[in-house]
Amino acid sequence: MAKTTRKVPALNASSMADISFLLLTFFLLVSNMDVDSGLARRLPPPPQTEEQTTVDVQRRNLLVVLVNSQNETMVTNQQGTEWYTNAEELRGTGSKVALKDRVKEFVLNTSNSEQLPELTEEDFGPPIGIVPVTDQHVVSIQNDATTSYKTYIAVQNEVVRAYNELREEGARKYFNTSYDELTEDQQNQINDLYPQRISEAEPKNYGGQ
Amino acid sequence: MISIRSVYPRQNPKTTEDNNMGKFNKGGKKEMPALNSSSMPDIVFAILFFFMVTTTMRSETLMVRMKLPTASEVQKLEKKSLVTYINIGPPMETRLGTGTQMQLNDRFAQVSEIQDYIAQEKASMNEADQPLMTVSIKADEETRMQYITDVKQALRQAYALKISYSARQGQNK
Repeated sequence: MAKTTRKVPALNASSMADISFLLLTFFLLVSNMDVDSGLARRLPPPPQTEEQTTVDVQRRNLLVVLVNSQNETMVTNQQGTEWYTNAEELRGTGSKVALKDRVKEFVLNTSNSEQLPELTEEDFGPPIGIVPVTDQHVVSIQNDATTSYKTYIAVQNEVVRAYNELREEGARKYFNTSYDELTEDQQNQINDLYPQRISEAEPKNYGGQ
Repeated sequence: MISIRSVYPRQNPKTTEDNNMGKFNKGGKKEMPALNSSSMPDIVFAILFFFMVTTTMRSETLMVRMKLPTASEVQKLEKKSLVTYINIGPPMETRLGTGTQMQLNDRFAQVSEIQDYIAQEKASMNEADQPLMTVSIKADEETRMQYITDVKQALRQAYALKISYSARQGQNK
């Protein structure tokens, strides 16, 4: 045969679509899209020795949130005690002060009250500058052995909401935008200003089983 | 040598088109031109890659029933490779009772086995990622806190200190 320039015939690629559709359906079936979401927490490291290491906290710096076996919530600090019997009251729909507002008042201590955590001046860098903050405050969430997980999460959620609202207010005040639109450094600045100081203590069996 | 041309006869394009040159195509058979679908595989492949990148394989079958609690302030867990799951709830099969059970990696486990499980998961991770490991506790909302607390204590002992209480986004009812 004479040496001529032979053309390579085009491959029949019509089945390519079928093959790739097959792959696509396979991946659609075996994969899941849902992103897991939740309330992030940090646990304290385990006690190093047999004797429990306890940190002494002044009474005024402590806000105790106790969820009992009847799923009622008691919030107590030096200012007084408040009872919430259900989730609606926690959110402040009743006549009671919402839990988040109590937490916010506790963390801010705008009135420099003796009953609320002590204020110390700290430098947070521009544009926040030197502001008084309650850097020693602790929100201690305690629960009973038979508390339901649902109520516990609801209480946790309200406390986190208080911090989130404080951060949002801080962002509006110092950076004039919402917290989500800040850069990472600015967000860290705000987080340093209002750190989440939530302690999860071991439960106490108050009411019995 | 067999000529390939015999299998795919090459048409001379001039024969069909040039005859109609300069005439209006009145009457006669009008044939619907075939749609050019040669880009179809490309499109489907693009969708395929999108799904491959954004999704993860369903790695385990759930053996416990759970209705996650709802919360409004949830954060998304990024980097799935850093997340380890602990499923807590009543067993799926009713003959196993309604007591709270914990599932680790496709089997039921006791709270005392958490430490080994965490150590195993940590060892399979990149060394740089190990301190970033997050444990997601997926528990049924009716679970008693005693169980959760035991799990939390076990996690503390295992030095898995970053945890996340898995919850659905939404308003509490």
